[in-house]
Amino acid sequence: MSSGSSSISAPPVGLGNQPVLEVTDLAVRFTRRGEADTRAVDGVSFSVAPGETIGLVGESGCGKSVTSLAVMGLLPKRNVQVSGSVRLDGQELVGADAETLRGLRGADMAMVFQDPLSSLNPTVPIGTQVTEVLLEHRDMTRKEAVDEAARLLDRVGIPDPLRRLKEYPHQLSGGMRQRALIAMALSCSPRLLIADEPTTALDVTIQAQILELLRELVVDSGTALVMITHDLGVVAGLCDRVHVMYAGKIIETADRHELFARPRQPYTGGLLASVPRLDSPRGAPLTPIRGSARDTIAWADGCAFAPRCDSAQDDCLTEVAGSTVELVPDGPRRELRCRHPIEYPPAPAGATAPGAAR
Amino acid sequence: MTAMGDVKRRRIDELAARAGAVPEGEGGVSLTRSAFRRLRRDPVAIIGAVIVITFLVVAAFAPFLAPRDPLAQTLLSEIRPGNIPGAREGFPLGVDNLGRDILSRLIWGSRQSLMIGVVSTVLGVVVGMAFGVLAGAFGGWVDTVVMRFIDIVLSIPSLLMAISISVLLGQNQYALMIAIAVTQVPIFARLLRGSMLAQRNSDYALAAQALGVKKSRIVFGHVLPNSLSPVIVQATLSLATAIIEAAALSFLGLGDPDLARPEWGAMLANAQAFLSIRPELAVYPALCIIVVALGFTLLGESLREALDPKFRR
Repeated sequence: MSSGSSSISAPPVGLGNQPVLEVTDLAVRFTRRGEADTRAVDGVSFSVAPGETIGLVGESGCGKSVTSLAVMGLLPKRNVQVSGSVRLDGQELVGADAETLRGLRGADMAMVFQDPLSSLNPTVPIGTQVTEVLLEHRDMTRKEAVDEAARLLDRVGIPDPLRRLKEYPHQLSGGMRQRALIAMALSCSPRLLIADEPTTALDVTIQAQILELLRELVVDSGTALVMITHDLGVVAGLCDRVHVMYAGKIIETADRHELFARPRQPYTGGLLASVPRLDSPRGAPLTPIRGSARDTIAWADGCAFAPRCDSAQDDCLTEVAGSTVELVPDGPRRELRCRHPIEYPPAPAGATAPGAAR
Repeated sequence: MTAMGDVKRRRIDELAARAGAVPEGEGGVSLTRSAFRRLRRDPVAIIGAVIVITFLVVAAFAPFLAPRDPLAQTLLSEIRPGNIPGAREGFPLGVDNLGRDILSRLIWGSRQSLMIGVVSTVLGVVVGMAFGVLAGAFGGWVDTVVMRFIDIVLSIPSLLMAISISVLLGQNQYALMIAIAVTQVPIFARLLRGSMLAQRNSDYALAAQALGVKKSRIVFGHVLPNSLSPVIVQATLSLATAIIEAAALSFLGLGDPDLARPEWGAMLANAQAFLSIRPELAVYPALCIIVVALGFTLLGESLREALDPKFRR
């Protein structure tokens, strides 16, 4: 079932525009008896091509992680309703049986989590945890698996891999743990890798190393990478295409350079403006987005971001109550969900500073 | 200038080599080994271990250590109501109401008491863990059914439960062990289930799932090993309670029907009749029970600390 032979850097199959992952109208509802349903993810669609990196960006609670868990089929069965379609290389995953999904996970799609310490079992040596995945998905003897595990650790830049294999997670540094987890995720050269805030728990220099490692691996193996993050620095350094999420919906989609140069959704503009800048005057206050992610209205009543939006007008809230603001095409390779987007003079594209948008 | 630089560089290399050198046996210290190493440094653990090992040695070598036959009735002629011989020459702790050597009976009694404690605890741990794994691994209705059953067992006072079972199974020492084991089962089942449920939602279980590891492998390879340490600790503490409970049951007359076989609880019960005139007859076996229980408790407490991953370095 694994696509992997012994060589990891096999050329990606079908380098055409056939996407590895196609998510269409994905919705996740948490149902609880006696309470109103929570729509954590609400009609999200995106696709990833081989070797491409996309970013899912948004603040805590906007549905990024639930989206990724839904794609991997890792959401609990009870009290959760998943609808829409998730296709991995054309194979439908929503509603697929548990055993099929388990066979795909680790082999064709893998995930790296946020906290590298708690994602490793503290009572089991690193080596056992890496070989476990190899033995599960690839036809290997234990001896071969150990050799392969050492090779994998070496590949992600862990020195002295044979010794490290015998060690326990608490004996490794944070960066090394995350490298080990990436090695595990990539052990069967998956077609799709989802990284859920892989650098949040690490310090800045290690963050840079891990991001560089991920970039190299994606380029080498043609893996499709989905980066889930709230860190715009990560997006700027790594992602080809960015989807900004708010309250369970994608509100703006654009290529990286376009998004940073000309954010159209006021929320995206706010996110970019709130990043501390080295070239701002000393002592200048940061520009936050007012309110918090809890100040939303239902998408069915208009725009969820409207209560916090500076450019919100009456028709964002009251006049069109009962109708959602649609996600519409907005220029080449751009999509936007906003009635009153930030406008730019038709003059040269790079003329407007993103920070000035608000 | 260059000489200075060379010296400095050599010094730095030296320091780096020293810092980088891995101390013997540091590469991959397993959980049990590091716990054992920490136990050896803990004075409380050492005291507990010394007590427990002493009693184990005494029990093992009872035939060689006991100065006399624990069943032989001597000085019968001198024993009359109201006149129980106390300490006398050749009998370090005196004799009981039937003229049997107290010290020899205590030494032989350690066998019986420790065996009941160990066997019933092992039995309780094994059965309790089976229930705990069942409930913790499957969850859902299996969990509900198993746990309600365990709750019912738990709601009956343990001594009452043990009494009913030993009455039910007839009076022999195996019935006693089973009775004590049954009262231990719910504790271990609840404990293991609780810690497995907590571990099942942990990040590494999710990460293993995300890598397509089989469910059985996640339960037995990841969740169970991480849930065991409270069970191990509770087992050492339960050993102490089991010994006390065994003594309590024999005290109530539900113990070993072979009255001749020395056992601390039975000795205590026996001494009750003479408590006002010869209190030491009760003090000796009681002291043994207390000290053994203390030894196991101390060991268990420090084991809890040693196994806690938060203290690992």
